[in-house]
Amino acid sequence: MKIKGSLRLLLHYVAVSVRGQMQYKTSFAIGLVAQFLLMGVEWIAIWSLFARFGNLAGWTLPEVALLYGMANMAFAISETAARGFDIFGYRVVKQGDFDWLLLRPRSTALQVAGLEFRLRYLGRFAQGAVVLAWATAKLGIGWTLAKAGLAAAAILGGACMFSGLFVLQAVLSFWTTESLEILNTVTYGGVETAQYPLAIYRDWFRKFFTYVIPLACLNYFPALAILGRTDPSGVPAVIQWMSPVFGMLFLLVTLRIWDFGVRHYRSTGS
Amino acid sequence: MPFIEAEHLVKTFHVSEREPGIGGALRGLFHRRGREVRALDGVSFAIREGEMLGYIGPNGAGKSTTVKVLGGILVPDSGTCTVMGRVPWKDRVAHVRTIGAVFGQRTQLWWGLPVVESFDLLRDIYGVAAAEHARVLAELVEVLELGPLLSTPVRQLSLGQRMRCDLAASLLHSPRILFLDEPTIGLDAPAKLAVRDFLRKLNREKGVTVLLTTHDLDDIEALCERVLLINHGRILHDGTLADLRRRVTGEKRVVLDLADDGRDVSDPDATVIRREGKRIHLSFDPTRVTASALISRLTANHPVRDLTVENPPIEEIIARIYKDTAA
Repeated sequence: MKIKGSLRLLLHYVAVSVRGQMQYKTSFAIGLVAQFLLMGVEWIAIWSLFARFGNLAGWTLPEVALLYGMANMAFAISETAARGFDIFGYRVVKQGDFDWLLLRPRSTALQVAGLEFRLRYLGRFAQGAVVLAWATAKLGIGWTLAKAGLAAAAILGGACMFSGLFVLQAVLSFWTTESLEILNTVTYGGVETAQYPLAIYRDWFRKFFTYVIPLACLNYFPALAILGRTDPSGVPAVIQWMSPVFGMLFLLVTLRIWDFGVRHYRSTGS
Repeated sequence: MPFIEAEHLVKTFHVSEREPGIGGALRGLFHRRGREVRALDGVSFAIREGEMLGYIGPNGAGKSTTVKVLGGILVPDSGTCTVMGRVPWKDRVAHVRTIGAVFGQRTQLWWGLPVVESFDLLRDIYGVAAAEHARVLAELVEVLELGPLLSTPVRQLSLGQRMRCDLAASLLHSPRILFLDEPTIGLDAPAKLAVRDFLRKLNREKGVTVLLTTHDLDDIEALCERVLLINHGRILHDGTLADLRRRVTGEKRVVLDLADDGRDVSDPDATVIRREGKRIHLSFDPTRVTASALISRLTANHPVRDLTVENPPIEEIIARIYKDTAA
């Protein structure tokens, strides 16, 4: 009953947000196309890099395209779905409106998620999907059910992981108004990082984005499994196949940290 | 057990002073500089069901902290509090179903949406059944005259219109208790009267318990029999407005409208406190001289055209208490 009510409310939030954006159809369409083109330009930069150097640490352009597509699709989903946590700091905490959420008989996380669902990031999603489709064609990947399932789960897991980062950013805003700048380096830095094979980075950097923030589980490990490559640092195939789970766990952990942040707010009132 | 009960509530805030920029923010995360402010310093009171209580005090006195504790938003450092048998901060979700709130300065409505869509969202937030929602909404629309406003986006409403919509929003789930913070702030006179009328009706006819926080003492005089006065986190008065007056001063006022400018007005038992052209304000102590004796003397000695006897304005009394209790 409670879950049904929460789901109904969530869908209501989505409907309201979508209707709001559709009031300004031109602005919405321009945003959508701009996202698509912006990412297209970025992709051209990567493409010209490979046209010049051929490969990157043994990874060819179509292989990197697989990483790129998955990373951007995952990030685009999180930007749409977890947008509420992204804007929470400056639109809710700064205005002193968090009290309103506490005065309502629903989980605060659900209400924050419901603040906004920004559809223009679907432009980014579409661009990622196009690059992914191109990679698939070029590589001649035989999509078995298992491989397709892994790719879809990995994108979902990656979306969870990025959403978790937005949740962390929202938690930090209980303490400081500078949360946006601090977490943006990880969030946007993360999606940039994930567009290339993790093997090319320095050891500490790779470890940070594997064990602290499970960025490697978003596309690098799943891509290794899909391409049938072995990991140079020796991560077993089992982990590669399980990797979507870690992104989801990451989100669950950050939601616990969210509860901690809310408790802090309720004891300090700031 | 009283409907609402607070005992020895204490809440201290840390007001941090931090350096600007990211570096300052990071340092602020680890060691905090600043000072302690005791917003509630042993606040106790009990409210019966169906009461309409005025809660007054200067800015920073602890009013909104009290309301936040009662609303389940804030956890106090110590002390106990129950609202309808529940500890607000321990059982937040069950507790907030029974209360409604209006903050005059901050709307709970969705800024970009038509009013009725905010109401629809609140229906799903509180999980009110469709038929029940329709019934309650129809009643509120009628009493608050919201009909023409329902399809208007909130951002296009005037302050008075918005306040009526906010009142409706706070009552859609039929709460037993309503917290109001400055519900008439910024409203013009007719809008103020409309809000007061509505609140009086709500309290009398529906038996909703109301805690009214305000700076507008006319609100209190119009609506509340009982007043809590707080300053520096302590309750200084819990009783009627008349008691509050008597406690501070027994003095009364006579206002004379004279035919001349009354330069020579004086009386051994009264003091001239203000002159406005041909109008003169005098204050006197009713235990030393009766109003009738003073009036007959004044009318005998001066060309009095009109005259009223009144209490000192409540603002003056409050100001005097604040001054007396200033730290």
